[in-house]
Amino acid sequence: MSYIRKPKFQHPDLQTNDLGFTRRDYEGTLTTLCGGCGHDSISAAIIQAAAEMSLEPHRVAKISGIGCSSKIPSYFLSKSHGFNSVHGRMPSVATGANLANKNLHYVGISGDGDSASIGLGQFCHIVRRRINMLYIVANNGTYGLTKGQLSATADLGSKTKAGDESLYDNIDMATLAIELGASFVARSFSGDKQQLIPLIQAGLTHKGFAFIDVVSPCVTFNNTDFSTHGYKNTWENYVSLGQIDFVPMQKEITTSYAAGKDKEITLHDGSVIHLHKAGKNYDPSNKENAIHHINTHKKNGEIATGLLYINQSTSDFHELQDTVDKSFNELSFHDLCPGNESLQDINHTFK
Amino acid sequence: MPELVTTTKVNTLPKTNDFVIKFANVNGSGSASSNNMFAKAIFRMGIPVSPHNIFPSNIQGLPTWYEVRVSDNNYLGRREGVDLMVAMNEQTIESDINSVVSGGFALYDSSKPLSDKLIRSDIHYLPIPLKDICLAEFEKPSQRQLFKNIVYVGALAALINIDFKVLTDMVSDQFRGKEKLILPNIHALELGHQYASENFKCPLPLELEKRNLTLDKILMDGNTAIGLGCVYGGATVASWYPLTPSTSVVDAFDKYCKRLRRDPGSGKNKFSVVQAEDELAAIGMAIGAGWNGARAFTASSGPGVSLMQEFLGLAYFSEVPVVLFNIQRVGPSTGMPTRTQQGDLLTCAYASHGDTKQILLFPSTPKECFEFAADSFDIADRLQTPVIVLSDLELGMNEQICDHLDWDDQRRYDRGKVLNEEQLSEIENYGRYQDVDGDGIPYRTYPGTHANKGSYFTRGSSHDVNAAYTENGDTYAEIMDRISLKFKTALDYIPKPEISSSSTHKRGLIYLGTTTSAIQETLDKLQKKGISLDTMRLKAFPFHDCVREFINDHELVYVIEQNRDAQLKSLLKIECNANEEQMLSILSYNGVLITAQQIEHTILDSLSPSERTEEESA
Repeated sequence: MSYIRKPKFQHPDLQTNDLGFTRRDYEGTLTTLCGGCGHDSISAAIIQAAAEMSLEPHRVAKISGIGCSSKIPSYFLSKSHGFNSVHGRMPSVATGANLANKNLHYVGISGDGDSASIGLGQFCHIVRRRINMLYIVANNGTYGLTKGQLSATADLGSKTKAGDESLYDNIDMATLAIELGASFVARSFSGDKQQLIPLIQAGLTHKGFAFIDVVSPCVTFNNTDFSTHGYKNTWENYVSLGQIDFVPMQKEITTSYAAGKDKEITLHDGSVIHLHKAGKNYDPSNKENAIHHINTHKKNGEIATGLLYINQSTSDFHELQDTVDKSFNELSFHDLCPGNESLQDINHTFK
Repeated sequence: MPELVTTTKVNTLPKTNDFVIKFANVNGSGSASSNNMFAKAIFRMGIPVSPHNIFPSNIQGLPTWYEVRVSDNNYLGRREGVDLMVAMNEQTIESDINSVVSGGFALYDSSKPLSDKLIRSDIHYLPIPLKDICLAEFEKPSQRQLFKNIVYVGALAALINIDFKVLTDMVSDQFRGKEKLILPNIHALELGHQYASENFKCPLPLELEKRNLTLDKILMDGNTAIGLGCVYGGATVASWYPLTPSTSVVDAFDKYCKRLRRDPGSGKNKFSVVQAEDELAAIGMAIGAGWNGARAFTASSGPGVSLMQEFLGLAYFSEVPVVLFNIQRVGPSTGMPTRTQQGDLLTCAYASHGDTKQILLFPSTPKECFEFAADSFDIADRLQTPVIVLSDLELGMNEQICDHLDWDDQRRYDRGKVLNEEQLSEIENYGRYQDVDGDGIPYRTYPGTHANKGSYFTRGSSHDVNAAYTENGDTYAEIMDRISLKFKTALDYIPKPEISSSSTHKRGLIYLGTTTSAIQETLDKLQKKGISLDTMRLKAFPFHDCVREFINDHELVYVIEQNRDAQLKSLLKIECNANEEQMLSILSYNGVLITAQQIEHTILDSLSPSERTEEESA
């Protein structure tokens, strides 16, 4: 870990994207997490995902709660506004922010303590409200900052470094999200960039509530051979739906895929997700099937990953609220104030 | 023909436009609308009137009262003692009849005989067979029940001389679009009127006389006024969790937004009302929206405000504007959810852990509710901090006479120090928490403003002037000191107290909010006894210097408030370094509005006989 300032030097040959930005333009401050922390791989994946898809950094708002996971937004997209809010309450802050300006990308970063324990209520309700955002849970099954207590996502029987065994059934954030109406649900692993990056890109592009549960091992407190959230267990019991590619809308013309070799999902803006191998035969539009798939693997001690569920036909929160196209924070005085004449009419109704 | 039961020859002094009528009903029996009609009719006759709902936390069955004071002197507070009781609730009839003043009247449903123990020799009875009348006249069971309430209003019209046309016009107004309901309602009014006229000597010595004292006035409740004020103040996001007595704030906002805030072209909404899962989420959403540049608020009461504490600290420390309307009710805990109190002063003034301070506004009339609601968004934006508007159940949920609402069309919103893209381009080094102007207020930016300037990381953890995380104690202290300075600047933006003083008066009154309704009456009563007092009505916290000066300028100030622990007095001690010996508390915390009699008695009791003489000679 380090608290020194990040050097501004960058290699002159660094590649630029369509906006003329290099990868460095998507980075944040130096991490203060432990060396080898899964969360740093998530930051790196977000940086690469955003750079590749030429996301305008300043059109992204990053919002988090409290905990190791919630520090992540400092470590990517320093040109974006960030909000490190209150433990377990990121969903409400993200909801309000999204209400104020529907025309930005919202990335919510949370952890298993933040979203599955103290903030489980808010998590459930943000899913129900279908806020248009990408919500990532960096899931390590433990409380790092308070030195290694078990969290509510720790599997029954999983053991921490201190030897504490989880006596209770875990909360599965992915099945919960599917049950509650999330329209994009994926699970991934911080160690599998190949899978995580296209999932982040697809989640950012998806219109509606996109959720990715990322197994992200805590190297300090929960990376033992008996922990189901450690690197060893995750690698050994990792079941992927196979290779996934995300092709942004404007790139479609230059990339070609052999017909019948994969499954294509076209997102609302014309971007395409290509699912290969196992994913080709998996139907991610079937809710019950997705839950069954996750539970079946869980029974075998396996972690089902990939794009588990997607539904592109639901309305997002602004559509449900029927809000104007202009963002609320751009409405002028004249848009908002009805004026004295209307007020005098209202006075008459109280006579 | 039943006689007016006068078992005694108690002399009833005639009272014109100066009496209290109380309705004792069963909750859920449909009495609210008829009782409101009664009060509004008096208002429309140009006579000052103040209705007070005393209702249970219940949907159906528990007792509820509606107390209407009529006063030519414009005394709109409560007055103890009932001149005419409309005793419609068998559960409470004994205590209701006992609360009638000697020489007063009790109207009751004589379809069943009155028990002997309810016969008092010093009051007059007005028996009306309401149930029998309705049974004979109406077929539907629901109408038989509901119209009992209308029949007694009709009877009262004859008994105390309400202009009958005012009543029938109101019925027509109320049921516009539902014409079928107009005739039976008017018929019910006529039945009552006819019965009273034929059976009693009308009018009673309690009589209404038309005036023109309410011409420019409106009759409105504070919560409606707040909801409307939020529309005028430019709020676009209301996130809330239902909680009595704050619920009608958001109901009103929603209602007026649907009327006034829909885009004429597309019909789409320029507002959003979100019913949150709890009060934590409610204020979290408002803070998220405020951070992102929308004007946002939440409305709640004690239990909800307790839940919001952590978020209020975040908004204080990370300097995010947000508005919270706290419609206070009786605490602690669930307390008495449908009774009034000023019990959240301390918990709001320093809401959240650590060194915090919050801006408080204290409206006292519906007009001020409207104005302070609209102003609160300017203040929150200007100071980049939460503003808590402290109303209470009494003001929020009761209709009250006040001046009509006005809006200055020249006025523009003060969005405070927000940098746009162009301004950011011209700035070399932007720091979110830099005190560029020396007034303690830094410059903010909204997300998405500029491609490579002005972004920052908002956090509730300790930060430096550039919003970067720090554990450096000196840096932390500098930020905390700068926020203190901001609260000094706040005094330029929050309303000053209303002071009425004369250099000859040695004593003064300090009060705020709904206590105001009893003050003029108190002063007049004391004046008659030769006692004159200066007054100071507080409108905001933190306090201006003149508050301390007012206390220092008097030998004694009475601090009047509606809670047990003298919270306002504590605040004055803490913030103004006021001397304990110079302040005397007048407290009321039984859940109903403080009265002039209570205040007068405490003041008189505090004066020794020699002091009284001294005051009188002064």
